[in-house]
Amino acid sequence: MTNHWIDLKNADVILVMGANPAANHPISMKWVTRAQERGSKLICVDPRFTQTASKADLYAPIRSGTDIAFLGGLIHYLISNDLIFRDYVVEYTDAPFLVHPDFKMPGDLGGVFSGYSDETSKYDRKTWAFQVDEKGVPRRDPTLRAPNCVFQLLKKHYSRYTIDKVVDITGTPKEKVLAVYEAIASTHKPDRVATVCYAMGWTQHTVGVQNIRAFSIVQLLLGNMGMAGGGVNALRGEGNVQGSTDHGLLFHILTGYLPSPVASMDSLKDYITKLTPRTSEPRSVNWWGNRGKYITSYLKAVYGEKATKENDYGYAWIPKVDDGMKASWLAIFAKMYLGSFDGFFCWGMNPANSSAGAGKVREALGKLKWMVAVDMFDHETASFWRGPGVNPKDIKTEVFLLPACSSVEKEGSISNSGRVAQWRYKAIEPIGQSKSDADILNELHFRVKSLYLKGGGKFADPIVNLTWDYGEKDASGKVKHLDVQKVAGEINGYYTEDVYDQTANPPKLVGKRGDLVTNFVSLRDDGTTSSGNWLYCGSLAQKDGKIVNQMERRGKEDATGLGLYPNWAWAWPVNRRVIYNRASVDPNGNPWDPKRAVLKWNAALNDAGKPIGWQGDIPDGPAPPLATEKEGKLPFIMKPLGVGSMFGPGLGDGPLPEHYEPMESPVPANLMSKKYRVNPTIPFEKFQAQAKDPSFLFSSDFKKYPYVGTTYRLAEHWQSGSMTRPVAWLLEMQPQMFVEMDPDLAAQKGIRNGDMVTVITARGQLSCPALVTVRLQPMMVQGKKIHVIGMPWHFGWQHPADGSGGDSVNLLVPFVGDPNALIPESKAFLVNLVKTAEKRTPTPPKKALQGREG
Amino acid sequence: MSGYSFLIDTTRCTACRGCQAACKQWNQNPAMATTQQGSYQNPPDLNANTFKLVRFSEESVPGKDPKTFFFPDQCRHCVYPMCKLVADKKAPGSIVIDPRTRAVIFNPEVKMSAQTFKEIREICPFDIPRYDENTSGMNKCTMCNDRVREGLQPACVQACPTGAMSFGDRKDIVKQARGRLAEVRRTDRKAALVDPEAVRVIYLVTDHPEKYHEFASAKPLTGMTRMAAIKGILGGLAAYLGLS
Repeated sequence: MTNHWIDLKNADVILVMGANPAANHPISMKWVTRAQERGSKLICVDPRFTQTASKADLYAPIRSGTDIAFLGGLIHYLISNDLIFRDYVVEYTDAPFLVHPDFKMPGDLGGVFSGYSDETSKYDRKTWAFQVDEKGVPRRDPTLRAPNCVFQLLKKHYSRYTIDKVVDITGTPKEKVLAVYEAIASTHKPDRVATVCYAMGWTQHTVGVQNIRAFSIVQLLLGNMGMAGGGVNALRGEGNVQGSTDHGLLFHILTGYLPSPVASMDSLKDYITKLTPRTSEPRSVNWWGNRGKYITSYLKAVYGEKATKENDYGYAWIPKVDDGMKASWLAIFAKMYLGSFDGFFCWGMNPANSSAGAGKVREALGKLKWMVAVDMFDHETASFWRGPGVNPKDIKTEVFLLPACSSVEKEGSISNSGRVAQWRYKAIEPIGQSKSDADILNELHFRVKSLYLKGGGKFADPIVNLTWDYGEKDASGKVKHLDVQKVAGEINGYYTEDVYDQTANPPKLVGKRGDLVTNFVSLRDDGTTSSGNWLYCGSLAQKDGKIVNQMERRGKEDATGLGLYPNWAWAWPVNRRVIYNRASVDPNGNPWDPKRAVLKWNAALNDAGKPIGWQGDIPDGPAPPLATEKEGKLPFIMKPLGVGSMFGPGLGDGPLPEHYEPMESPVPANLMSKKYRVNPTIPFEKFQAQAKDPSFLFSSDFKKYPYVGTTYRLAEHWQSGSMTRPVAWLLEMQPQMFVEMDPDLAAQKGIRNGDMVTVITARGQLSCPALVTVRLQPMMVQGKKIHVIGMPWHFGWQHPADGSGGDSVNLLVPFVGDPNALIPESKAFLVNLVKTAEKRTPTPPKKALQGREG
Repeated sequence: MSGYSFLIDTTRCTACRGCQAACKQWNQNPAMATTQQGSYQNPPDLNANTFKLVRFSEESVPGKDPKTFFFPDQCRHCVYPMCKLVADKKAPGSIVIDPRTRAVIFNPEVKMSAQTFKEIREICPFDIPRYDENTSGMNKCTMCNDRVREGLQPACVQACPTGAMSFGDRKDIVKQARGRLAEVRRTDRKAALVDPEAVRVIYLVTDHPEKYHEFASAKPLTGMTRMAAIKGILGGLAAYLGLS
């Protein structure tokens, strides 16, 4: 989230699209409800009339997988009706920048941008660059009239997204589309603001990244980024998933979103040179220009004393990804399926249920020599060897299951969607032999390290040189119990040497060896500071020599009245609650909307004769407002050019979002392009080659599979269900897999509510009861009646133990993904269904389950 | 002596069912084995181990969006509980009223015949009492009387994320209900409070109560057992009013 949960209450218009917070983020509805009760509008765009839709002021159905058409039409509506926040657009975005004269768009080239090669399915992005002056600064036309400026290109590109085309692609009724556009457009005024809540309904598509970009463009046109009640807000699906990506969970990043090094970057200098963005724009802060300080301090945190200037701070020991390799989820399981590796740590996840193409994933697990699963409960992955259709005798994989304790049995931080890191306390000791993940890792580290120390081995340095100062050690040198407060200290970072300010005379001590660094401005690239994650610098503070964990704070003061609660826990970066907040003020530092002032520049002078400065939230950088002579800075400090990007030349599939049909689409044509039906940059040949079985991946045969399938979560279960299906109270409410369909389709198929049906895709089939509901309705698309059916993904064969839960919907989901993020397309695929049995008579409630089942 | 009351504002209910789970957890009531019968509503009905149940219903409106109705059903803790009139006569001690909180409390340990239970259930205008065949006792929502007497909110109220449920002194809740009704009426002319004078669990609805649930609003008494029950009550009522 650019903003945070409580901030939803400040919005005038809340668009929920690609999410269902009423079911999946229940507490968020507290703030949505508050907004509505003071007159704000909740809009829900979704194939289903969801629990969120039931609370909405305006609901619009949409065919799954057509969001860019819907949003492209919105951009067209905003520009053609001049419903934009012009001052914001001119000052704070790239709209005035001129693009390369040879740049061409899908309207010119029949569906692709300039630079596309049919042979490689890739773009040469040369013509996507900005025109620059002799100093290297982009040329701009503040009147926004130059034909090749970003604004005019946007206008031209989205002029193809006429209302009739939008309706014909999305299946949304025209009056609904227009009502949604009108409501969102109303926030182009400085004193009106809209926000968006999205989740996997936007990301799990072959155009997932571009779905989100499309709305980012809308928010920039409307001037809603950086505002209280604005922004682009990803509702994250797990309490600490924000923390996990902050701390480098994904293959392409280290902690703090530092890029993962690739094999060809053979020195730290090379890494820094190649990956540090530069800017020629003097008014840009270009915060990522600090990359060298952050990566060097990171290496010092990982390897401590062993990281020296002479050995490049241990850069050679950090794992590298092969150049061009996308070591993402789909690629990992494709490789596993091909037998490319021996072992697998399955830590806190259940891919046999949760992964797209779950059938192939289950087969892949059988190609391993060993697997270690770490979880609270046994699940379908740990027990894959005794799953449906599997003969345990045929499986050679040796499986270990380590019992992990739950979140209430351990201490630590949790970073929510709003980037607020809160400290949680241990309520009870871990049950039985279970241990915290940290303690399991501690054991593992010690044993692996001991083996290397005793027996040597290939490339032992990365393991034996790791710092591990996480608490008291026993006689063997093992940390007895991993102290997470010490981990938090390492993440925050320390001065590793006495550091002096050499500009002062005499030089002034700014940090003593062993002291915590104050914030990331203290970090240096000369090995004198450490920080495990620069974004979390300042999450610990040193007061009178004592360490104060800021994440433990519970202050309830709210001076702005906006719900920022700056003394409650701690938010990255530097306790800023609204990111890009410098865009909420005009170039003189006055809030665009004084009623909702996140920030305000106070030019009055203090006793020292200097301006009092920024008041409100922690500003995005201390520099004075943009209009300040010499010192003024642009608001989007993480972007090299300092402005919000409507034009995205860094992506693999185009600088502007363009509608393509989902990989499996129910209609014969992409109305936006005759030649390119689907995203032309999807690396599906690669996926196919990896899986050695093209039919498994997808089938565009809409005659064989005429209906659109989509997946989602329920309020009662969580993710693959491995933690919630063993809870009898939750299982009682949602006991088994089902498929929701509209009454029209049900009548056509002779299906009555509760009948058993089999859902079939190119990947497999699944039997479950039908739930016939008016909450789904057919849609008219290109003159054809389209039915969307919906299925939750929490269920699995292993629990409940009698198999009555059914199995995972991911057995049906295609194994193809977005070309940028490689997230699988789980939200739009093709299915067929047949009725297999009449409704079963209700099971009499004889067997009472206990609160927590066996 | 006015006791406590609930306001259940269905305009804020998102059917997350946190209340239903919290009720089971606080009361440590076991779950039953259920199946998907074509509705999110599960268990299908209240039972001796399910005191709170979010009921789901939906309506197709031609040319318009469908409508969904969420109704977190529970005992209304009636101001004058008719169940108690029958119970006092037929199964003394099975229903008591806490004089402080005015919670209507069933004692599941008082055994009764299935027929007696039937009479008690049928006199209830909201169809709340449920019978446990294994123990021959009745059960239902306790108003979390154990929590309330310790100054806590009922478990369902505490669990509600949106503020759909409030609990407090009856006069405050009635005032709050009327205030909230006035607010909702500004945009929704059909909004109403359900039986606010008669019950301690006041629902705010925006459509006919029957669309939420057959027994959302008090059902008039009909049928043979009900007639018998009424006769039973008349005796009880006379006693209640001090006439006999």
